[in-house]
Amino acid sequence: MKIGHRRRFRRLGAITAALAASSLILAGCGGSGGDNGSAGSGAKASPQALDAALKKGGTITYWSWTPSAEAQVKAFTDEYPNVKVNYVNAGTGNDHYKKLQNAIKAGSGAPDVAQIEYQALPQFALPGSLVDLSAYGLDSLESDYTPSTWAAVHVGDGLYGLPQDSGPMAMFYNKDVFDKYHLTVPKTWDEYIAVAKKLHQADPTKFITDDPGDPGFATSMIWQAGGKPFTTDGKKVTINFQDDGSKKWTSVWNQLVGDGSIGQIAGWTDEWYKALGDGTIATMNIGAWMPGVFESSVPGGAGKWRVAPMPTYDGQPATAENGGSTESVLKQSKNPALAAAFVRWLNNGNGIKPFLEKGGFPATVKDLNDPSFVNKPDPYFGGQPVNQVLTAAAKSVVPGWSYLPYELYANNIFGDTVGKSYLAKSDLNAGLESWQNALVKYGNEQGFEVNK
Amino acid sequence: MTVIQEGTVTAGNVVSARRTRKVAAGISPLRPRKSRLLTGLMLLYLVYTLVPLVWLVISATKTQSDLLSTSGLQFGHDFALFSNIKETLTYRNGIFLRWLGNTLLYVVVGAGGATLLATVAGYGLAKYRFPGRRVVFAVVLGAIAIPNTALAVPTFLMFSDMGLTNTVWAIIVPSLVSPFGLYLMWVYAEQAVPQELLEAARIDGAGEFRIFWTVSLRLLAPGIVTVLLFAVVSTWNNYFLPLIMLSKPNLYPLTVGLTQWSNQAQGAGADPIYNLVITGSLLTIVPLVVVFFLLQRFWQSGLSAGSVKQ
Repeated sequence: MKIGHRRRFRRLGAITAALAASSLILAGCGGSGGDNGSAGSGAKASPQALDAALKKGGTITYWSWTPSAEAQVKAFTDEYPNVKVNYVNAGTGNDHYKKLQNAIKAGSGAPDVAQIEYQALPQFALPGSLVDLSAYGLDSLESDYTPSTWAAVHVGDGLYGLPQDSGPMAMFYNKDVFDKYHLTVPKTWDEYIAVAKKLHQADPTKFITDDPGDPGFATSMIWQAGGKPFTTDGKKVTINFQDDGSKKWTSVWNQLVGDGSIGQIAGWTDEWYKALGDGTIATMNIGAWMPGVFESSVPGGAGKWRVAPMPTYDGQPATAENGGSTESVLKQSKNPALAAAFVRWLNNGNGIKPFLEKGGFPATVKDLNDPSFVNKPDPYFGGQPVNQVLTAAAKSVVPGWSYLPYELYANNIFGDTVGKSYLAKSDLNAGLESWQNALVKYGNEQGFEVNK
Repeated sequence: MTVIQEGTVTAGNVVSARRTRKVAAGISPLRPRKSRLLTGLMLLYLVYTLVPLVWLVISATKTQSDLLSTSGLQFGHDFALFSNIKETLTYRNGIFLRWLGNTLLYVVVGAGGATLLATVAGYGLAKYRFPGRRVVFAVVLGAIAIPNTALAVPTFLMFSDMGLTNTVWAIIVPSLVSPFGLYLMWVYAEQAVPQELLEAARIDGAGEFRIFWTVSLRLLAPGIVTVLLFAVVSTWNNYFLPLIMLSKPNLYPLTVGLTQWSNQAQGAGADPIYNLVITGSLLTIVPLVVVFFLLQRFWQSGLSAGSVKQ
């Protein structure tokens, strides 16, 4: 009797252990609701107010995962010893946003300055969580930046950060693979498809590129094709993946996904890094910040990779931004003038140098035109001056793009919708349509007026 | 992260494996029947359980470039385990050791406290009759049904109001509450501590506290160890709560810290340190394995001690 009970007790224990293990796996998705504060603008201050704040000093907190952040903060405090900057790496990407969103919701605990990717900026700016920096006259800095990054830090009419870097896309290709299989570097997407099929037929273990279905890549590709699926005007949001741009992209990509000539290795995994080094992946259409990643993390590819302009639909140069971040000042900041001054120093002052030293790709016109930057031969790329291609790309970004005010949520559900088409190697258009439906539904639940 | 979960799964297996042995022994204690099928299945299961662990150990001996160029279940060109361990412990001024210390603090105070509270409360509920018992019972059962993950965000908002986020209390206080442990102790105390024994002690003139400390606690030992094991494992592996509560890397436990290292491999400015993530994961599960082996002894030996014929 007693033993029987004990046994039951132990069985319960075993079951619970299993449950505990599975609930760990489930942990991981937080909500991202937006509370709607007022986007009130304070009194107009001048850039002199920022200089005064720097002189006065104080303490600010800065959240960022930029590799050079620590060096930048040190250089800043060396220059302004009476300012104390608490630098915190609160996580990369989604972890960072989750914490930021929680602190905003809680009303305290947010940093004064935070790194925010361009794609996530509307999500934080629209509910009024960020300070409009034109209040400090920083809108006068427009001519210092490329048009695409300057547009990316604007939401509506407000300026919600200064561009830290840019990611105009280019085509990185493995020259060894191209030489071995006698492939020519494609200039148009039609040529790209031909090269892809030729390569995959010659060696089925090699792929023209790798794309397991990535929202950042898909939106950039639609951007390059001239699509503008997201438009936001206050609460009114329009989502349309049936425009010409989106269709142009799927008509190309469908052909590659459909016959498996694209690899589907998950990005940024050890397997992916491995595939970049050993020739499995022959090209990557990706942001101009990629050389730094190659050099530090793909030692096997040294000397093999080269850079060419991204293929286009008509052979004329056209590209899109892929990734890139801004630094923004939070509404919760108790010292917004000092925070804004720090942002100005980071992305418009002496902070740029340590950023570039760590392999960052600039958003500032001056640095993009600097001959010593543009013409520098890169030994990793066989001595090719890669920045010639990359800075040219920065000038041919298709204008007029904007992200959704809930882009992070959209990214989260990309795999459940478009990702299914990738898996089934079926029509991506259908996947985009189900993504659109899910996003319309979610947006309306969140208080936006989507497609109404 | 996967690696850490593997650790938990292995923990579950220890429980179920031993249960299987007991049950098998119960069928025929003198001459246990052998079944090839069952042995085969067990072997299969053993391999299934051990392969991730083997992968982890082998991978921890590789340099990052070997990791990226050789297959998972064979050794690389260089044996880099010790340099990996050294690098893990010293990377970014030894932040790993800091995280290890944090995890230990959360486990000792959090899981220890949770076990203590669960024992005292479970015993009280099992052995004393007082008004409101049924209500407590209902609340505890209800609390077991709510996953901790669902409570994390509301807890965060509450703690934020109290100014407790970004402090060690944000992790320790929620860890102190273990409805499951309480329920377990309650059920266990009901069976393991005979009412007659308590009455005998009372007749001998012992006070209630003395009875608890000198008599009941010993009878409860196996139950306490079980609850402690569960609490230690769940606190050690606690991920979501610290993830949202803490934004200072100095306060992170190992789980969140290692995830941060792992995420470093993403996007512009990616700086992958897979060899350190893997070596760190190995170092993270070692203490848990040790705890299991140590506590297992108590767990077994305590089971038959102190019973009274009814």
